[in-house]
Amino acid sequence: MDLARRIAIPTTAIAITLVLWELLVWVNGWPNYKMASPSDLVPAFWKFRELFVQYSWDTLWRTVAGLGLSVLVGTAIGMIMGFSRVMREALYPLLVGFNAIPKATVVPVIALIFIGAHDMNTILIAFMISFFPIAVSISIGLSTLEPEYRDILRALGASRFTIFWKIALPKTLPEFFGALKVAVTLAFIGTNLMEIVEPHGKGLGHLFDSGKINADYPLMFAVLIALAFLGIVLFYVVVFLERIFAGWAERGET
Amino acid sequence: MPVLEDLSLACADQSFTAVVGPSGCGKSTLTRLIAGLLRPDSGDILLHGEPVLGPRSSVGMAFQNPVLLEWRTIIDNVTLPLEIVPNDLSRAERRQRSHELLSLVGLGGFEDKRPSELSGGMRQRASLCRALVHRPEVLILDEPFGALDAFTREDLWQTMHTLRSEENITCLLITHDLRESVFLADKVVVLSGRPAHVQFTAEGGLGAERRLDDLYTPEATDLLHELRHQIEIAQGRSPADEQGESS
Repeated sequence: MDLARRIAIPTTAIAITLVLWELLVWVNGWPNYKMASPSDLVPAFWKFRELFVQYSWDTLWRTVAGLGLSVLVGTAIGMIMGFSRVMREALYPLLVGFNAIPKATVVPVIALIFIGAHDMNTILIAFMISFFPIAVSISIGLSTLEPEYRDILRALGASRFTIFWKIALPKTLPEFFGALKVAVTLAFIGTNLMEIVEPHGKGLGHLFDSGKINADYPLMFAVLIALAFLGIVLFYVVVFLERIFAGWAERGET
Repeated sequence: MPVLEDLSLACADQSFTAVVGPSGCGKSTLTRLIAGLLRPDSGDILLHGEPVLGPRSSVGMAFQNPVLLEWRTIIDNVTLPLEIVPNDLSRAERRQRSHELLSLVGLGGFEDKRPSELSGGMRQRASLCRALVHRPEVLILDEPFGALDAFTREDLWQTMHTLRSEENITCLLITHDLRESVFLADKVVVLSGRPAHVQFTAEGGLGAERRLDDLYTPEATDLLHELRHQIEIAQGRSPADEQGESS
């Protein structure tokens, strides 16, 4: 019952959105190059079904790889900044500055530095755009650990590592997963940025670009919907992991 | 200016000492020194005649904030020190020890709850159990009842007195509550304002069996009155000054 409810509500919401979209296009009499309607998308998906599967996989695995790199590097930077005040003060302006650079401008630079290494370049951009929230959340989580939490273990003679492992790390997990949800979406943007700005015959970004070149507007819209779908899937994977590792942070419905 | 100066304090084995003093006089610094979390700039902290040079597992601590770990159940929170302090207890024995303590403070049956499901008073009880689970010799209490409402606080005084009678511990309590100090302690120490030194010491008059009514006997009232007076002196305003201000 509860599961049925949890599936039924969002599904209904999506169905209603699709109907409204269809109506909007129909009422205004828009041609499909102004805005494609959901009914235009079905043939587009069907016609390019094999490419959709193949390119979705390209986009998905490179996004996940970039995200994985973000988790590793972001956590490492966050730990350095969380434990050392000096490093926090030193790294913050650098990180903020790096994050402020529009990644679209970095794409050609990266593409030039590592010519031809398309997978690596794509992963790099996905990583660069998504590690910032992770680094910041970990560093804030660690640096705002109340001293009493440290003291209850320190008073027993626990090592720094034990304190990190038993207290600091689990206590930071909710913040980490909050940041990871933001990072998932950002990593997708990064992957597509590379695929669209420097097309190299891979990924949904490339399919989008082909649609643009061939004036196949329903295809372009279909790619956007496919990206949204992948985004939703990956987001809920993170939500699932959060339930397992940080489910304690969720309050009951009381 | 040093926080503590010329401060000399002795706690007999298995005694209960309460330290009261004005806000910011360095009471918490004193607890951190005794726990070995801070090293004194000068002077010594001795435990059984041995200098305290760092944290040691024969000390248990409880704070105003119960600092329970939200991702652990209550019993796993209480067992935490046994995961740190070297001991040869099995997992079952650790749980048994935690269970006994939780039953003693009235939390039997709440072992598998999360801290967020408990009230403030219950969390503080669990925090006391955690401070005692590894059988420390010294229990340091830094205003553990300060954030609770008055009735819950009185309940916890009785719980604390029960724990103290059962567990053979030497207790040092930091508090702002004079009635709490008189109810729980054998000896009440008043610290002066900064730099803090021992300004006044009183022997508590309450017997082994304590009831809240004991706080309303003439002897207890006199003691409370005297402590109140000493606090005013420590705060730097004697009663005479106050009269001067009001006129």
